[in-house]
Amino acid sequence: MDFSVVLESWQFYALGLWNTVWMVAVSLLVGLILAIPVGIMRASRNPLINAPAWFYTYCFTGTPLLIQLFLIYYGLGQFAAVRASPFWFLLREAWFCALLTFVLNTAAYTAEILRGAIQTMPKGEIEAARACGMSPGLLMRRIILPSAFRRALPAYGNEIVFMLHGSSIVSIVTVLDLTGAARLVQSRYYAPFEAFITAGACYLALTWLITLAMRRLERSWFAHLRPRTG
Amino acid sequence: MLKPRRTVLGALALAVSLVTLGTAEAKEWTKIRFGTEGAYAPFNYVTPDGQLAGFDVDIAYALCEELKVECELVQQDWDGMIPALLANKYDAIIASMSITEERKKSINFTDKYYDTPTRLVVHKDSGIDGSPESLNGKRIAVQRETTQDRYATENLEPAGVEIVRYATGEEATLDLVSGRVDARLEDAVVLSESLLKRPEGADFQFVGEPITEEKYFGLGAGIGVRKGDEDLVELLNKAIAGIRASGKYQEIQSKYFDFDVYGD
Repeated sequence: MDFSVVLESWQFYALGLWNTVWMVAVSLLVGLILAIPVGIMRASRNPLINAPAWFYTYCFTGTPLLIQLFLIYYGLGQFAAVRASPFWFLLREAWFCALLTFVLNTAAYTAEILRGAIQTMPKGEIEAARACGMSPGLLMRRIILPSAFRRALPAYGNEIVFMLHGSSIVSIVTVLDLTGAARLVQSRYYAPFEAFITAGACYLALTWLITLAMRRLERSWFAHLRPRTG
Repeated sequence: MLKPRRTVLGALALAVSLVTLGTAEAKEWTKIRFGTEGAYAPFNYVTPDGQLAGFDVDIAYALCEELKVECELVQQDWDGMIPALLANKYDAIIASMSITEERKKSINFTDKYYDTPTRLVVHKDSGIDGSPESLNGKRIAVQRETTQDRYATENLEPAGVEIVRYATGEEATLDLVSGRVDARLEDAVVLSESLLKRPEGADFQFVGEPITEEKYFGLGAGIGVRKGDEDLVELLNKAIAGIRASGKYQEIQSKYFDFDVYGD
């Protein structure tokens, strides 16, 4: 084993780490914003509201992320109409296609997590809010969503980690992320073990940071459930 | 006291005979496993029914026939081509791999079995004429860690060209056709067979001179063999000369090309 090849190519890993982190962070943020209305739609009993949201989440949670990326990157590029459209300047970029795929994918999963949390809302709390005269909008904003977010947090923490790991496929569409850096180093120095163990260690560190942050967040969000001492 | 000693001796003798048996087997090649990529038409590709085919593949079978040994073809992504050889997944690489000094540090090569130049292909309306000025600010697609990648990285990137690296040549061609990249640097024969001669390549053309700089492109494509298997290099060299002399090489060549790919 010879880790000097990794040290020699630290710029690739640094760039890869940065690309992985910003792409995952931006997708999670935009995905979360998108997931809120979709999650509310999914929790609705009105089939006209529920069905489109159901179709969207069903498609994106029912197919592999890789297939979605191929469809958006190579699939859309195949049509001359897409290439002539004003969106081509964005869809032309590999990073944008990857970001779009990640956003749509994580939004679908997050919406389902949120739906579950909304639907398991204790009925008594909703009835109490109604009894106070809250309108449905206010009820959603003040009572249901804050409670749902809190209860969805552990599941959402998993989604963040899945997204981080899922992001490793962007190297297939020419974006140099952590995995892409490892592939480059392995084919340049023919040292697959050193190349991938380094990338693996970086992912491990990122996952550790995420779980640490989630645990702290859970502790403060669930402070009211902890037994009071002293 | 004699007994244990005899056992030790016996074990030693057995070990020695096993070792000699092992080397005797390694020396005698009854089967050669070739690794190839299967995404580099017309040299190597996968047919619709999943079979490996192409010039490289036919040459591999012809070499085995010449050596009267069994042949096995293994498909391997380009990225892991040399690591998989070193990991003993196969015995030889026949994947249009150029013989370069860089690669010779890790593996041995046979003599070349063909030699074709690299060229730049662009869209007819791109305004690129192959000169460094016309390429400034443009995107060039290459396959990751190929001779073309090395050449582009060292000669074109400093001149303000953006190099986009793909895992396979097929993906690079897709993005050239869809317009994500402005040009593609690749083996001239591969470009002509997998793009220019096909309907989707109608709007594309070669620009600039063929590039053959030995520093980057070496002395043509050879068969890669693990260091230590010098006997296999020797065998394959004899076989290459054999199929050149017997006319088998020319027969295979005429299946794919209407010109001489051997060079010189």
